[in-house]
Amino acid sequence: MASPPLIELRGISKRFGGVRALDDVSMSLAPAEIHCLAGENGSGKSTLIKVISGVYQPDGGEILIDGEVVDKLDPAASIARGVQVIYQDLSLFPTLTVVENLFLNTYLRERRRGVDWGRGRKMAKEVLERLDVSLDLDASVETLSAAGRQIVAIARAVLADARLIIMDEPTTALTGREVARMFRIVRDLQAQGIAILFVSHKMREMLEISERLTVFRNGSKVAEGPIAEFDERKITRAMTGRDLNTGRFAAPEVSPGTTPRLELRGVGIGKDVRDISLQILPGEVVGLSGRIGAGRTALAKAIFGLGQEVTGDILVDGKPYRPASVTEAIDAGIAYVPEDRLSEGLFLSRSIQDNAISAALDGYAPRLWIDRKRARDETRAMFDDMQISAPGPEVPVSTLSGGNQQRVVIGRWLMTDARVLILNGPTVGVDVGSKEQIHSIIHGLTRDKGLAVIMISDDLPELAANCNRVLAMADGRLTGELTGDALTEDALETALSAETEGEPA
Amino acid sequence: MRLFHNADVLIALILVVAMVFIGLVNPAFWQMANLFSLLKANVVIGLMALGVLLVMISGGIDVSFPAFAVAGMYIVVRGMVEFEYDGVVIPFLFATVIGALLGLVNAGIIHKFNMIPLIVTLGTASVVRGLVLGGIGTSNVNINQMPDALIAFGRTDVLTLERANGTTFGLTAMILVYIAAALVIHLLLTRTMIGRSVYAYGADAEAAKRVGFNTGRTMIFVYCTAGALAGFAGLLHSSMIWLANPRDFVGLELDVIAAVVLGGASIFGGRGSVLGTVMGVFILVMIQNSLILMGIDTTWQRVVVGGMLIVAVAITALRDRRALV
Repeated sequence: MASPPLIELRGISKRFGGVRALDDVSMSLAPAEIHCLAGENGSGKSTLIKVISGVYQPDGGEILIDGEVVDKLDPAASIARGVQVIYQDLSLFPTLTVVENLFLNTYLRERRRGVDWGRGRKMAKEVLERLDVSLDLDASVETLSAAGRQIVAIARAVLADARLIIMDEPTTALTGREVARMFRIVRDLQAQGIAILFVSHKMREMLEISERLTVFRNGSKVAEGPIAEFDERKITRAMTGRDLNTGRFAAPEVSPGTTPRLELRGVGIGKDVRDISLQILPGEVVGLSGRIGAGRTALAKAIFGLGQEVTGDILVDGKPYRPASVTEAIDAGIAYVPEDRLSEGLFLSRSIQDNAISAALDGYAPRLWIDRKRARDETRAMFDDMQISAPGPEVPVSTLSGGNQQRVVIGRWLMTDARVLILNGPTVGVDVGSKEQIHSIIHGLTRDKGLAVIMISDDLPELAANCNRVLAMADGRLTGELTGDALTEDALETALSAETEGEPA
Repeated sequence: MRLFHNADVLIALILVVAMVFIGLVNPAFWQMANLFSLLKANVVIGLMALGVLLVMISGGIDVSFPAFAVAGMYIVVRGMVEFEYDGVVIPFLFATVIGALLGLVNAGIIHKFNMIPLIVTLGTASVVRGLVLGGIGTSNVNINQMPDALIAFGRTDVLTLERANGTTFGLTAMILVYIAAALVIHLLLTRTMIGRSVYAYGADAEAAKRVGFNTGRTMIFVYCTAGALAGFAGLLHSSMIWLANPRDFVGLELDVIAAVVLGGASIFGGRGSVLGTVMGVFILVMIQNSLILMGIDTTWQRVVVGGMLIVAVAITALRDRRALV
């Protein structure tokens, strides 16, 4: 290689107490390279980012930038050398305008006291032109879509004279089309000489965008090379250290003529959702795809008794059902696992057991007090069923990994004798290994208990592999259905991009 | 629709509608003498509101400023009486500095211990009020003891008009002080990085740290300015009413916070403007004023102010939540 690597790490180690977060890691990033960093939660990806951005000082090893050893890399030094990190939360200011979000960074670096709005505006305009995107400069960032915010964050990094932009899980909140647009921007940046380090756990994206791939497991680099040397299987294997069953879920035999577990007839919710009719049979897993805002979550919440202005008929096991509250929904056998389990689904500081019995508290407290023994026994059974890895049901949920937290949320509903389980983003933020186990648990439940499952997900491979059929939703309506052999990732992709065609991004 | 995204336009509209309505109910509203007294009533509340605006943009709530105003006013007036000092500039400077120093205490505690501003300022308010009453005194300084220069300053008019019967009435010159302060705060907020850091901090404190704002400095700016404005306004108040009462300003925090919220500032931080606040103060004072003109008992005014606060908070909360989706 003629020019030295932009950044080179040699034998970097970092420990926290007794935990080795990074163990003798070496890697290098060439200028204008698109590099992907893969690994499960806790594999050391975040620590590595923080070492490169100067937040953490490594315990051992050296960091070279442009071929020179950098002694003490602190955040300011890292930024001065052109490293910009876009965290998952983007760190934007929601109430401020696009213009201001873009120029504040630069003015701060220039140590300005005054604010020159005219110049800031010009800078903002130029950088957006450079990225070849158009955004309303005077809109406040909170009014932008997730994709728009992502663009603001990228533009801000570019304005800061970035030579390397590190993006932490940048596509989590984006739909397929938006991801494609972001990739276009990333390639433009590359053409302008900016290197990108992607942190992701989505195989498809890694394979599509990156030139090189580095895989971490337990704080060590376990694989590295040009992307051509990898395929999904190989990446998964490197990340988890084992082969996963990626085969498709065999749909259970559903005998026609059985009463549907859940039936919707012409259901509408306010102005958001119109005229939804569907039937879900016992043991069926039905996927719901569509872009954010298509009404999927509104529909799920309405079935769970959280909807307003619900019209049409809902039937559970053939009986009319019109929930006015969550309590009624739970009594009718409906269970809902929300998108954001941290804020909507769990009491983080309480134990697994407290969380587990919370959805059916009345059942455990027939009189005034809680039947401790029953609660303990049933929680224990759920704990084992869901294969939760934790010291025991008495530890606080906040100490669990994302995958284990999700098992608690799902497991909790099984203790309520749920008949219809609605999963909204069942494996968001859950790593590959855990994901597969959660899927197989869900399938076990549909088989053994005749549970009907609605799975809402942006993860198309997840839908394609785990559902009997997938319904597409757009603008509050059902727009199509894929089933049997027609249900493939590609078909889903096509269906989704077709329905978003012509919409402003 | 775009126009209504701008909160200031909406508030101006409410202001105009309220003025027209009040004028129809009570034509006396439009008399110059009433308008002048209305403007006069804006000054002290307005100065304090500018401070509270800063705190609210930064995402906090300040209930300590009435206590700081009392401290600035009472310590300085008692000091002037004690040392038989008669003047204007140095006393106001002192009152401002006392307020700023007390504000520094707020800023220090809030930043250092990462504590909720409401609780911190509740505490400092109580401590400061107690110290003033216990350490300085509990008796009023009445008009006969008040330093002459302060009274003379408070009586200055910028414009004098004559009624039909030959008596005169004037527009207080203090309104100029208020306008000047509003202009300075406006420029600080919109044209300086420290001003923008207040918005950034209120929008997302963590993100503000990450882009490199010195958030400790932001907190000092916010709470010292709020304290300084309160101290200054306290002394100005006493020079305008020729009385220094160490138990003054009780319950004023509600009026001022209501005015700032009416002016479109968000209780969640990151939003608010000087123009909106000035209009919010005007609306509040105008409604209180017209309640008096209509002969409604003062106790009922508390009901109205409390109700207005709740309605305004509900509306802004609704707006801010809608914007989050």
